[in-house]
Amino acid sequence: MNGPLLFLPLIPLLPFAGFLINGVLGGRLPKPLVTFVGLVAPLLSFSIVARDAFLVWSGSLALPVAEQGGPAWISIGTLHITFGAVFDQLSMVMLLIVTGVGFLIHVYSVGYMADDKSYARYFSYLNLFLFFMTTLVLAGNVLLMFVGWEGVGLASYLLIGFWFTKDSASNAGKKAFIVNRVGDFGFLIGIFLLLATFGTLSFSEISAALAASPGWQGNVFNVIALCLLFGATGKSAQLPLYIWLPDAMEGPTPVSALIHAATMVTAGVYMICRTHVLFNHAPFALGTVAVVGAATAFFAATMGLVQNDIKRVLAYSTISQLGYMFLGCGVAAYSAAIFHLMTHAFFKALLFLGAGAVIHSLGGEQDMRKMGGLWKTMPVTFACMTAAVMAICGIPPFAGFFSKDAILYATFLHYGAGGKILWFVGVVTALLTALYMFRLWYMTFLGNSRSEVHHPHPTPASMLVPMTILGALSLCGGWIGIEHFGGFLEPVLGEMPTKSGSAVTEWILTGIAVLLAIEGWLIIDKYYRRKPERPAQLAARVPGAYNLLFNKYYVDEFYGWTVVKPVLVVSRYVLGWFIDKAVIGGAVWLLGGTATLTGAILQRWQSGNIRSYAAWLAAAAAAVLLFIVVPWTSVLAGIGIHIHMAGH
Amino acid sequence: MISPLASEVPVSWYLFLSAALFCLGVAGFLIKRNLITVFMSIELMLNAVNLSFVAFAWQWHAVKGQIFVFFVMMVAAAEAAVGLAIIIAVYRARTTLAVDRIDLMKL
Repeated sequence: MNGPLLFLPLIPLLPFAGFLINGVLGGRLPKPLVTFVGLVAPLLSFSIVARDAFLVWSGSLALPVAEQGGPAWISIGTLHITFGAVFDQLSMVMLLIVTGVGFLIHVYSVGYMADDKSYARYFSYLNLFLFFMTTLVLAGNVLLMFVGWEGVGLASYLLIGFWFTKDSASNAGKKAFIVNRVGDFGFLIGIFLLLATFGTLSFSEISAALAASPGWQGNVFNVIALCLLFGATGKSAQLPLYIWLPDAMEGPTPVSALIHAATMVTAGVYMICRTHVLFNHAPFALGTVAVVGAATAFFAATMGLVQNDIKRVLAYSTISQLGYMFLGCGVAAYSAAIFHLMTHAFFKALLFLGAGAVIHSLGGEQDMRKMGGLWKTMPVTFACMTAAVMAICGIPPFAGFFSKDAILYATFLHYGAGGKILWFVGVVTALLTALYMFRLWYMTFLGNSRSEVHHPHPTPASMLVPMTILGALSLCGGWIGIEHFGGFLEPVLGEMPTKSGSAVTEWILTGIAVLLAIEGWLIIDKYYRRKPERPAQLAARVPGAYNLLFNKYYVDEFYGWTVVKPVLVVSRYVLGWFIDKAVIGGAVWLLGGTATLTGAILQRWQSGNIRSYAAWLAAAAAAVLLFIVVPWTSVLAGIGIHIHMAGH
Repeated sequence: MISPLASEVPVSWYLFLSAALFCLGVAGFLIKRNLITVFMSIELMLNAVNLSFVAFAWQWHAVKGQIFVFFVMMVAAAEAAVGLAIIIAVYRARTTLAVDRIDLMKL
């Protein structure tokens, strides 16, 4: 290989080693050693990525780098699938986010999980997640990506159900896993179709085949892209498969920050960007991505408005922000989607970590109605959370402003009138975002304390330092600007579709979005600071709308009646009673009964008496002798029976 | 070099004697209850076969049969040693040598 060594395989393998050590030996190791193993693996991975990124930055490494990854993993006929990795601008950015934010959240977890008795198990799962996530990002072909894709689903399941003795936690884990499986079904069909259409699963070969014939059109691309999109809606919690993410908040809060906000749920966005050449050949599917994204952003934001659990507000906000990223993908502004993915990773991880710090200090309280006034007791957390809230609402100069602005601007320019509608939905969602985020901010940190905890736990430094770093990133993470960021990603993702737009339009659109965000702040300020009795009055005035939102549009109930109930009924009565108990159970009983009966008869032979055995032996020997010595053919012929032996 | 006396006894006599001894052995094995007697019946059967081996060897002037007899005697000696050891062990454990009471295989 030419050029410097990149140590790409080590990036996933180091966390895997950490998983093995802590998973196998963790229970017997002293706690500091568990911490050391758990932290050093992601730190080394991050160092490798950072070093490779530095090589790129200093110009001594030309991207993309594709590693063959040793011998073929699967070889069937002309199909050869390897463990090959691809390191280009896109996977570099993604790896920096995954390992960087991942490491910070590992550090945070040291403080947050300090008193948990399954400390080693927690860190082994967290390292396992990093292993699969980096595999997903580095994968050079769709199948290897699918391995990582399934693996992060497994890690997510294990961590949501981390406190598995709690019924709600283990149910939430199962729900997440099963809903993801529904999406994975679409992804798998997409993989099969890719294989049938292109004869290869390598990203670079598929892109090359499509680039070689730009006029190549066909419904098969739409079908493949829609299948991939269905997979992405499962993993990235979009309509119609978003329902697992709010329940996933049953897991430990750092897990929510890492897996269910910053990294894993963005895998769908990453997958669409990875296969964006295909989506560019599938206009209908691309439009569907945009519509799904905008619709999810809006609906999730409305549901977030009325939640009282601090983590659930953040969960709906994550779904909503992921909708923005899908919207960005859907208008072919892939760089903007990745830009928002990055800033979102910073501020949403921080929001969850801040929420975790609040929950930690209040001894496990998650209900915002029992918080308030925490800015006095938790000044650092308050400052960091403020930065994150400003960032997610898109208030300049915080990070979220730049990325959300880039997506909305690209949406406005795309698809003619349809794009204007999508833009309008996006801007209204920006207002809703400001409403629910500032509501959270006011209810948690400002006003008078409504908490029953009078002496909040102090927040340890291991939790404050990662929050401070993420706070700085939430402030500065967007300053690079979409022009530079998009320019950097251009070799992979193509140029931003906004180059044709005028600066004046952009300034006007930006102004509208910022004004709406500030308007949202003012509304919440009025409702939650100056007239705190107003929200309840408003809810009482429109009980129908309030209940609809509070019960999340009854989507869970709808799925419960249309999908879960029928499946359960069929499982219990048809499969359980009839197939399992009657058919399979009956067959087993019949077989067993026959064997027992035959045994009971034959058992009498086994008398245990040596002489009876010997008598049988002697009788059998005599019978054999008789058979050999007596000339049966002639004896039988004598009494009129003729036997014709073969060959005679 | 055929001995004059031997030439007067046909080989079938030896075989009849051998068969009679073998049947005695089988009958003893089936009828007797004492383990040592059973064991002796087995030896009797072995020696009945030995006799027919030697008779045939003499009849056909082939030495192979005689060599076989040595093998059988050697194995029988080893078997006797092991068998008697087992019988002693069984007696120590069960204080009886009646075969129909040594039936632990039966539940």
